[in-house]
Amino acid sequence: MQLEVGSAIRLSLAVGLAAALLGLVPALAAAWALARRQFAGKSLLTALVMAPLVLPPVVTGLLMLRLFGRATSIGHVLEQAGLPVTFSILGAILVAFVVAFPIYVMTIRAAFEAIDPRYEEVSLSLGKPPLETFRRITLPLAFPGIAAGFVLAFARGLGEFGATAIIAGNIEGRTRTIALAVYALLDGPGDDPRLLQLVLASLTLSLASLVGFEALNRWQRRRLEVDV
Amino acid sequence: MSELVVELSLALGPRTLWASLRSQSRAIALVGASGAGKSTLLRVVAGVGRRVPGTVSFDGVTWQDEAGTFLPPWRRRVGWVPQDSVLFPHLSVRQNLGYAARLDLAPIAELLGITKLLDRYPRNLSGGERQRVSLGRAMAAAPRLLLLDEPFAALDRPLRAQLGEALSGWAAAHGAALLVVSHDPHDVAALANEVWELRNAHLHQPPTNLLASPRF
Repeated sequence: MQLEVGSAIRLSLAVGLAAALLGLVPALAAAWALARRQFAGKSLLTALVMAPLVLPPVVTGLLMLRLFGRATSIGHVLEQAGLPVTFSILGAILVAFVVAFPIYVMTIRAAFEAIDPRYEEVSLSLGKPPLETFRRITLPLAFPGIAAGFVLAFARGLGEFGATAIIAGNIEGRTRTIALAVYALLDGPGDDPRLLQLVLASLTLSLASLVGFEALNRWQRRRLEVDV
Repeated sequence: MSELVVELSLALGPRTLWASLRSQSRAIALVGASGAGKSTLLRVVAGVGRRVPGTVSFDGVTWQDEAGTFLPPWRRRVGWVPQDSVLFPHLSVRQNLGYAARLDLAPIAELLGITKLLDRYPRNLSGGERQRVSLGRAMAAAPRLLLLDEPFAALDRPLRAQLGEALSGWAAAHGAALLVVSHDPHDVAALANEVWELRNAHLHQPPTNLLASPRF
């Protein structure tokens, strides 16, 4: 079977990184709104944001296919614009973005909620409008938590399998990430050395991400400490 | 003419506080039992937190009224100093003081005795030092109205007296009015020339001998 371990690792890294970058601004906006605002439909927004966390990935993939597939108007427009979602790395990135979004938002929301709102209130009372207060107080205080969210979203996107298989397929060099490559190799002999290499790569990347996540969480807690 | 007008009804748990204050004094103290709503009243005047129905105006400018006018906190030019300081933990003392500074920091730091703390971070300050930095941060923003919530609570007696005098002089020199919440009769005497008391969910202007009253 034609399958290159290096290509799968590179693709996984690219997909995870792109999904985390793509999700940064929407995750910040959603997390801030959920942490700091009271509005009609907040429970609905929470449910929508969290849905990919509890939906079976295959169902998520199917729903995305119904939204972005070639036969749909969105999918058609994107394809005409040279951005086909199905059977492309863009599809893999979109899937990783969707499945990673809930934990991205949850992590950043927790970081915002850990900040005493009075820091923002004092800043406002000192003459700094909301956007400047967000940029100079909220964002720096939540920065480690935001970075932790980025790392966790990257790791989650890295490991996505079910929805990716439905949207992006399993095409060597184009959409075959580590998880899909492992799946492809399961059909072959169990002692294929590439299987072990991929498993080790997956373990290393996941554990490194989790260690980074923990370190960033500790930094977040220290950043908000006033008494030591 | 300089005037502070507050006409508010504030829900405080199961109670409603009726605050009606009209004063031309430039140094007002708010006193009353714990939980009477003094700090909440300061927050409302600062314009932070949940909006409450009522009217607040200062020096002829309406900050909020029943018709829907609401001047956001960043346009009120107040210097709100919450009771437990709330210094920005990621900024040094110098950066906290300079956060919204319109005035030179050095004289303010000198006045408050915090010049030696400028390169420290809030986590390395004592409670009293934090209070002085928080006060300095509000003063440096050149507010028209300083809203002080127990500003000297963490300071020892001699320093309180010294700072009270210094702050009064500074406010007069810079045209800043003071609205001070305090439990301490000495602080009230040092900072205010008019006292209002929150009692039985209403604001009263008590008799002048209040400072000798056992309420303190």
